[in-house]
Amino acid sequence: MKDILKGELVRLCAVDAEELARAYTVWNRDSELARLFDSGAARLHSTKGIKEFIEKEIEEESPAHHLFTIRALDDNRLLGDINLDVINWGARDSFVGIGIYNRADWGKGYGTDAMKVILRFAFTEINLRRVTLTVFEYNPRAIRCYEKAGFQHEGRVRGALLRDGKRWDNLYMGILQEDWMKETRVLPELALATQ
Amino acid sequence: MKDIYRGTLVRLVVESPEVMSKMFVRWDHDTEAHRLADSDPAQLWSEKWMKEFAEKRLEKESDQAFRFWIRTLAEDKLIGDVSLWVNSWTHSEAWIGIMIGERDFWGKGYGTDAMRLAVQYGFTEINLRRISLGLHAYNLRALKSYEKVGFKMEGTMRQEGLRDGQRYDGYYMGILREEWFAMQGGGS
Amino acid sequence: MLDIQTQLFEAQDVCFGPIDHEAHPEIESKWTHDAEFMRLMELKPVRPLSPAMVKKQYESIEKQMEEDKNLFYLTIRACADDRLIGKAVIEWIEWTNGNGYLRLGIGSAEDRRKGYGTQALKMLLRYAFGELNLYRVTAVVPAYNEGAIRLFQKFGFVEEIRRRKALNRDGEFWDIISFGLLNSEWREQTNGRG
Repeated sequence: MKDILKGELVRLCAVDAEELARAYTVWNRDSELARLFDSGAARLHSTKGIKEFIEKEIEEESPAHHLFTIRALDDNRLLGDINLDVINWGARDSFVGIGIYNRADWGKGYGTDAMKVILRFAFTEINLRRVTLTVFEYNPRAIRCYEKAGFQHEGRVRGALLRDGKRWDNLYMGILQEDWMKETRVLPELALATQ
Repeated sequence: MKDIYRGTLVRLVVESPEVMSKMFVRWDHDTEAHRLADSDPAQLWSEKWMKEFAEKRLEKESDQAFRFWIRTLAEDKLIGDVSLWVNSWTHSEAWIGIMIGERDFWGKGYGTDAMRLAVQYGFTEINLRRISLGLHAYNLRALKSYEKVGFKMEGTMRQEGLRDGQRYDGYYMGILREEWFAMQGGGS
Repeated sequence: MLDIQTQLFEAQDVCFGPIDHEAHPEIESKWTHDAEFMRLMELKPVRPLSPAMVKKQYESIEKQMEEDKNLFYLTIRACADDRLIGKAVIEWIEWTNGNGYLRLGIGSAEDRRKGYGTQALKMLLRYAFGELNLYRVTAVVPAYNEGAIRLFQKFGFVEEIRRRKALNRDGEFWDIISFGLLNSEWREQTNGRG
């Protein structure tokens, strides 16, 4: 059995609420980041407030919700976080969300690698059939990252966001287990077992 | 889309605590019914206690439990219950249990029909990979019923129970998604 | 000129009304026991509900309406006798972006195919666009719900998203479709008459 939480550039790790909250407070003051990650109005949060929010998230321990921090393999630096939430067990469909906090770490393949790791986790450990994500049309870096990870475009919610007086679309992308299996050339026995 | 709650003799329903507590009190009195269905000692709980128990369960029941009660189609009579408990979502496997409390409806296909509905729900609505169950070796009527539905014997827990000074085995059965769909005639 | 005279909650045969916590749980409990109907509406595994469970749901709906202010839940009544025949919902509203999700359903089979859905949707859209001032609304529908797809298309909704094989029912895979309608598109259609 592989170490499925390890990629080529990053690994997915447990969440330390205090550490993550401190990191959030810093990037949260960068409104460009807030507007790339969130559809709600950009807001400034205290470390305390974020810490309590994160603690509540991880306290639940449900098989439907998975939150990981992303750390660089070479120096174990905290790069960001990634979450996978099962939205429908009957259909085995889920949503994934990712954030890399520092501009200095953008464009280096960390996001794509983390996405590949979470997809392997989703399809071979949680045995999901689908992973869905949404991304804003003004975030081309993220869109490219997801395309590289194997997501296909499934449509756009027209004018979903209003920012600085302009309307922007929210894009939906999805990847099916069967597509992922074919792409990553997973062994046939493994493919059968996860049916 | 099929109406998956409706069978040929019975339909699956969900009732409020006041309704169910009356029925449980009634069925508890029939210790043969209890001893066929349960391993717990037969016990007599008050209607008040049953109602509060059902209400408390309503509060904190997880989304992994699927409880149904069984009503006959002809007389609309409540005759028992059947439930699925998902042991693990990631493994898509659930436990099933059924109890027919009204003895006038034993041996006439009502239990088998209800079991078929619950298994169908498990495979076509929550999309399980397998369903497991256990029964007491002395419950031959149940064994025949489960075999008709498609369950296969998977093992025996030797001398699992003791009643009236007699030891009895526990039988364990299971049904797989592919087997069930093959029985319906293809698809998956 | 502002048309406040045309009632927001009244159409030809159907009206919008509040939740009746005493009378409605029993009726809605019956609807949830019709798996064919529920599987048209519900994307998660369907479950029948007891009247007690429905009552609890109503309580949490009203709580959410009051606290989060991102949900508007309306019951659909027959104008003639105020009988409960369905529900109409605007939910997951993001005020800063002006978005919302729509959902509606006519609960019992006898009340369907009578045009009530069309009347209810017309009222709901006027409410969403003319009273809540939303910029756009989304309706999410399973691909096998041809009735709903036809209804939304009739009102000019555009297919925006198709989540492939996002549903698994009766051993088959189905897409989930998201339809969208912009306030401007609605206004053009109705020429501001609503």
